[in-house]
Amino acid sequence: MSLTMDRPAVATSPVVSRPRTRRTGVPYAFLAPALVLFTLFLAAPILYAGYLSLRKTQVSGLGLGKASRTEVWAGLSNYARSLTDPDFLPSVWRVGAYGLIVVPTMLGLALLMALLLDAARTRESISKFARISIFLPYAVPAVVASLLWGFLYLPRVSPITDLFESAGIAAPNLLSNDLTLWAVANIAVWGGTGFNMIVIYTALRAVPTSLYESARIDGASDVTIALRIKIPMVMPSLVMTFVFSMIATLQVFAEPMTLKPLANTISTTWTPLMKVHRDAFTRNDLYAAAATSVIIALAAFILSFGFLKLVGRRAFSQED
Amino acid sequence: MALVASARPRQGRSVLATTLLLLGAAYCLLPVLWVLIASSKSAGELFSTFTLAPSTHLWDNLVGLDDYRDGLYWRWMANTALYAGVGAAVSTFVSAMAGYALAKFEFRGKSLVFNLILAGVLVPGVLLAIPQYLLLAKAGMTNTYWAVLLPSFISPYGIYLARIFAAASVPSEILEASRIDGAGDWRTFTRVVLPMMRTGLVTVFLFQFVAVWNNFMLPYIMLGDDRLYPITVGLNGLLNQGANQPAMYTAVVTGALVSIVPLIALFLALQRYWQVDLAAGGVKA
Repeated sequence: MSLTMDRPAVATSPVVSRPRTRRTGVPYAFLAPALVLFTLFLAAPILYAGYLSLRKTQVSGLGLGKASRTEVWAGLSNYARSLTDPDFLPSVWRVGAYGLIVVPTMLGLALLMALLLDAARTRESISKFARISIFLPYAVPAVVASLLWGFLYLPRVSPITDLFESAGIAAPNLLSNDLTLWAVANIAVWGGTGFNMIVIYTALRAVPTSLYESARIDGASDVTIALRIKIPMVMPSLVMTFVFSMIATLQVFAEPMTLKPLANTISTTWTPLMKVHRDAFTRNDLYAAAATSVIIALAAFILSFGFLKLVGRRAFSQED
Repeated sequence: MALVASARPRQGRSVLATTLLLLGAAYCLLPVLWVLIASSKSAGELFSTFTLAPSTHLWDNLVGLDDYRDGLYWRWMANTALYAGVGAAVSTFVSAMAGYALAKFEFRGKSLVFNLILAGVLVPGVLLAIPQYLLLAKAGMTNTYWAVLLPSFISPYGIYLARIFAAASVPSEILEASRIDGAGDWRTFTRVVLPMMRTGLVTVFLFQFVAVWNNFMLPYIMLGDDRLYPITVGLNGLLNQGANQPAMYTAVVTGALVSIVPLIALFLALQRYWQVDLAAGGVKA
């Protein structure tokens, strides 16, 4: 609104620098759509999740009819229920192990590939081909990626089976109990390496090459330059990719949900988020689902802020 | 020059680097190659012939996919394009406005707003999904296009990026000049600011476009009617059916191939916008 009210002021005022006070409404008007959407679709759901996690349904009488069910305060009982649910802790350990496999492997590969690309010791065409190919999986949704890998894991389809059989050895079943976690982790590594590689590669490109020249004159090898100059220079990018990867790991959902019809080793509570989904939509227990969501979110916050504090860097600075 | 070049043992390491890069590329291309080959196989061949041996049934499979429930698959593709296209376009515009305000104006509550946005960047989506579902259910909007579109209109990361682009690419002198020329704030924004931020905004758009296109959980819980599904939820459902009738697997595999073609094309066409500096929040185009 203040946008249109501003116009007459411009016309009537011959002064070049208008008084600031006239324009106070302008930034708020530009922010308004974002703030309204933020409130409705971020802030309100978060508050509502917190509220629901502290509520429960009380059933009176025989529990028949709408009036016999009322919502009352539950204190922290939903949290206690979530934490002691026999399905919860196994899902947490599973995701922990999954994260320990995925995050270091994915970021390690991303860093290695970015350094190789940056070293540019290969022909231009080959490094361009490699860069595009490795980045390509980012264009493939997790559901489709899981579907493709899921078929590749099936013993009847898998080229790995053919490979083992031609060598006369029994092929491992990639969707068996022991290997499912690795099979899911592989999908995440496949899908995420390229994006992180591009982030690190972009940071590497920003390092002034004069730094390498002087190191080279001092007799430093490529490996030394990578370890002593390049990696420290891109540390802020590594920190950010680490934090984002950790948050993504805690929320793994699409991959195991898609693999489920192909692998009977994946239960409905295989990851914490799958348990949230089961509680909310299969068991109709929104309160337990809300409490578990809050626990996962708190874990994500504590892990990411704890890590950022540990490495002593601010996630984002307000300065440019 | 010649001295420096010959002093470096180029050959040896270049072979190792090339090999490693090509191995990485092969690993990333393997599933794509597989889906190309598998889509050419008939239902019987999918599980019986050698994995990487192509066949001749690609066209039949496409026709089969088209036949599935009167072309429901194409509707999923159109829905996905709608969700991702409209969602990303609106979110980019909202982000541009907010980013511009945060970068170029001084006002009360600025740092509060900025810190809220930053916290929003780190909010795990999991916390939002169920309460978003419940709130939209109260508004009677679940199982409609709005249930998937509305939450995709806001992107804290997009606002954060847009703020950096505005700070970097819109000089204050030009804003002053525009004001002196008598342009209102809205006109200045649409005619001067937006064009200057264009490169950065393409990146914001791409980020949100891919995020919505890839999204699974939100539409999965919001939508009941399979005519509203995006491709991710649709393919997931097809795969579930395949567990009971393996003939469906051919449709699943062909559908997967068709679904990744447009996104890969978009990728290759807009490669230069994908140089992302997460730590600086910037993009080099």
